[in-house]
Parts: sequence; structure tokens; C-alpha cells
Amino acid sequence: MSGRSLRRHVTSGLMTGLVAVLSFTAVLALVLILGDLIAKGASSLNWDFFTKNPVPTGQTGGGVANAIVGTGVIVGLAALFGLPVGVGTGLYLAEYGSGRLGWIVRFVADVLNGTPSIVIGIFAWTWLVRPMKGYSALAGSVALAALMVPMIARTTEEMVRLVPHSLREAALALGYPRWRTSLRVVARTALAGIVTGCLVGVARIAGETAPLIFTALGNQNFTTNITQPMQTLPHQIYEYATGPFEEWHRLAWASALVLMGLVLLLGVTARWAIRQRHGAAR
Amino acid sequence: MAQPVDARLQLEAVRLTALYGRRAAVKDVSLLFPAHTVTAVIGPSGCGKSTFLRCLNRMHELSEGGWVTGAVLLDGADVYDADVDPVQLRRRIGMVFQRPTPFPTMTIYDNVAAGLRVNGRRSRGDLDAAVERALRQAALWDEVKDRLKKSALDLSGGQQQRLCIARALAPEPEVLLLDEPTASLDPAGTQRIEELCHDLKRRYTIVIVTHNLQQAGRVSDYTAFFYLGDLVEVGRTEELFTKPAKEQTEAYITGRFG
Repeated sequence: MSGRSLRRHVTSGLMTGLVAVLSFTAVLALVLILGDLIAKGASSLNWDFFTKNPVPTGQTGGGVANAIVGTGVIVGLAALFGLPVGVGTGLYLAEYGSGRLGWIVRFVADVLNGTPSIVIGIFAWTWLVRPMKGYSALAGSVALAALMVPMIARTTEEMVRLVPHSLREAALALGYPRWRTSLRVVARTALAGIVTGCLVGVARIAGETAPLIFTALGNQNFTTNITQPMQTLPHQIYEYATGPFEEWHRLAWASALVLMGLVLLLGVTARWAIRQRHGAAR
Repeated sequence: MAQPVDARLQLEAVRLTALYGRRAAVKDVSLLFPAHTVTAVIGPSGCGKSTFLRCLNRMHELSEGGWVTGAVLLDGADVYDADVDPVQLRRRIGMVFQRPTPFPTMTIYDNVAAGLRVNGRRSRGDLDAAVERALRQAALWDEVKDRLKKSALDLSGGQQQRLCIARALAPEPEVLLLDEPTASLDPAGTQRIEELCHDLKRRYTIVIVTHNLQQAGRVSDYTAFFYLGDLVEVGRTEELFTKPAKEQTEAYITGRFG
């Protein structure tokens, strides 16, 4: 082996080793978190945990049914508000957003994307909680939706841009009006990507705590009334984890495990949705 | 070029100039496409032949900075008149592109029916009949009749291109524009498309852009030679190929450039 060839091989080996170590580190973090959650939380998981509400301080038992349902309601509502706006904006940006207005919308979305979520929470407090004279699940949903919209808009835009131009032209040449081309051909072709983007967006906001502190507030009781304060899993974790009781700490670990499980489930669903699309339409 | 008697289905470009911003890609071209004929448009890459084709169904104006001067007459009426809706016009002029472009989310049936559905609701029976007719015209029916509900992407490249032809034919256009329709096909697929051109001209007026001279010779009645945005020469195909009037044409068809 000549000197240069040897050097190439050594460099190649070193770099490969380096990226392997780095990716291992990245995966390690996830494995450690998940392992810790399971080790400390799994033992507290039982039927009561999912079906019972918190019991008064000092008693043992009880569960976080109120927080699980609360997270479902608040995140569901946020998705209801945020997904149509986000997907619509993304579609607009990709299909019609080449002008000045598109540039502005894109810029605002990027800024909003980088805004700390607690700022969004304060914003929702100012515009919703104060005028409505009370904390509410609704305000929490709006805050989460505001957090989600720019994220979804940008992923949708990216996905729609991936649709080959030739497909757009084929539809237009067939006498499709522009808007029908966008919806019926372009958006549908990008659907798998858009759905994934939406699921990732939903998963991302499901774990948000900061914007909910000023809005949904938290609630020790079970409620489905969206005009009232409502408990969510992240908030429950925060309360239990910062509390003084051993029992609470155990419940916090278990809640975190459940939250992580829900987010993972969304992620897996997203993967599966893509696989289905690609299986059918290669 | 012989003047045809039948003015219906007739397409004519009159002093057509196509521009991208301030750059002219097609310069002052006047060209008549008689009804029920196949006209081949040939020329080296970048000579403006595709742009010219895209002016005929007003697709060029959808390109970045695309605009035209001059006129395109379909059945004697200018398609660039202010009261002509380009969307409606494109339903009268079908187009097939270089690469097959079946809609990936649709079945074979839905692909063919797409142009009909966008034209308004029709009864199930009507739609079925129209889809079958279009697929038969595109010589694809026998190959797909048992799997109309399958994804269009399950077809081979050649079949996909014939599917696109069927899709273009389903709304019963008057003119069919083919933009290098066999550029991405194998010889067998190419041959099928060429045979189709012969059958289809009984019903339609066909304009085919091709960089394949043999193909132009095989399928067309008339051939137009473009170079650098100019229409250099047009004539009956056998005349243009055997005794071209212009030196440039001769140089191109004998393979000395392009």
C-alpha cells in the first residue's frame, strides 16, 4: 500500500468511527431517557393510573385520568384550529407564495417558529385569558395552535414543493383550474408528507408545558369543559415533580412515561402512514 | 402547403412570438396545421419547438415570465382573445408531455376520467363509456381493462404514456399536442405511440414535437423545422426530407449539426 492510499484509508476509518460515535451518542440520549422513564415509571402504571383522578395530598393511589383526557382535549382542539390553517398556509406558500406577500408570510412563519413557547403563552394570556376573565382549556388550545401553525406551514410547503412540476403542468393542460390543480393533484400527491408533518407537529405540541401555564393553568379535578382550567400531562408532571412527596415523584415518572408513549405512538403512526402511501403508490 | 377545405379542427399560428421576459424564444412564426393531419416540429435542442407548442394551448404563459404576441386561431377564432378562458381552451386542446405524468394518487380509471370530471358531473355510465373509448383510442384498453382500479403507477413507462394520451383524449379535444412523447420510451413503446398517431389523425389534428428525425418522417404529413426560434422551413414531410429548400434544413436533416 502506498503512502497516499494508506492515508486515505486511515482518514476514512477515523471519520467513519467518528460519525458512528456521534450517532451512538444521539441514540444513547434517547435510550437513557426512555430507560429511566420505564425503570422509574412503569411500576406505577396500573389500571387506576389511567382511570382515576388525583387523590388529595397525603393519600396514596389515584391516577391522572384528568390529565390524560385534558391533554387529549387541548391538543385535539389545537389540532382542529392549527392543522387547517397550517396546511392551508403551507399550500399557499408553495403554490402561490412566490411574490412579496409569500415572502412576508414565510418570514413571519420562520420568526414564529423560533419564538420561545412561553412567549406564545404570554401572548395567549394577554389576548384570551385576560379578556375572558379566567384561565381556560380553550386559551391553552389556541396557544398550542399558534405554536403549531408555522411548523406545519413550513413542512407542508416543503412537501408540496417536492411534487414534480410536470404533474402540475399535466393537470393544467387537462383544463384543471389552478386551485383544483393545487388541491386535487398537487396536495393529494404530497398527502403522505403533509400528514407526517401534521403528526410530528401534534406530537411536538403535546409535550409543551410553558404555554399552558398561563392559559390552561391546570386542574386537580376531571373536566371536559373547555371554558374552565384543565389539567394536561406536561403540567401534571411539572406539579408532581416539583412537589415534596415521594408518591408524587413516582406519579410524575409514570406520567412522563405515558406522555412519551403517546408521542412515540404518533411518530410510529406517521411512519406507518407514509409506508402505506408508498406501498400503494410507490 | 396545400390549403385544406375543412376549417374545423384547424389550428393556425399567425405571427406568433413567444417571450420569456424580454428574450424571444419563438420569433414571428406563422404556421398552419390543417385538420386531420400530423405536423411534426423538429429542430435542435433549444430551438423553441417546445415553447412554440406550449403557446398553442396557452401553457407558455404559465411559465416564469412567459408571454406572447401574435395570434393562434382555432376554428378561426383567436385563442388569445380577451374573452377566451385559457382553462376552457385547454379542454379543447389535449397535451401529452415528454415524460409520462400519470397522477400518482389516482387509479387508471380515475386518471382517464380526470379531464371529464373537471368538466362537470356526469353519470356513471357516461363516464364508463368515455373512459373505455379513450383507452381504446390510445390502444391501451386490452392491457388494462381488468385492472382499471389499480394504481396508474403499476403500468410500464410505455403504458403510462399511452394512459396520458388516453387522459388527453377522454374530454374529446379537437387538437392533440405531443411534446416529444416517446423521448423516455423504449423502441417498442415508441412504435406503439407512432402507430397511434396514424389512427388518431382521423379524429384529431395532431402536432408532435420530436428530436427524432426518423420519427418525424414516419408519423407526419407535414414537417416544420425550427432553428434558434425561427421557423426555417415547412412543407410536406417527404419533400422536406428529400429536397429541402433551405441549406440549414438540409444541414440539420443530414446530421451536419444539431
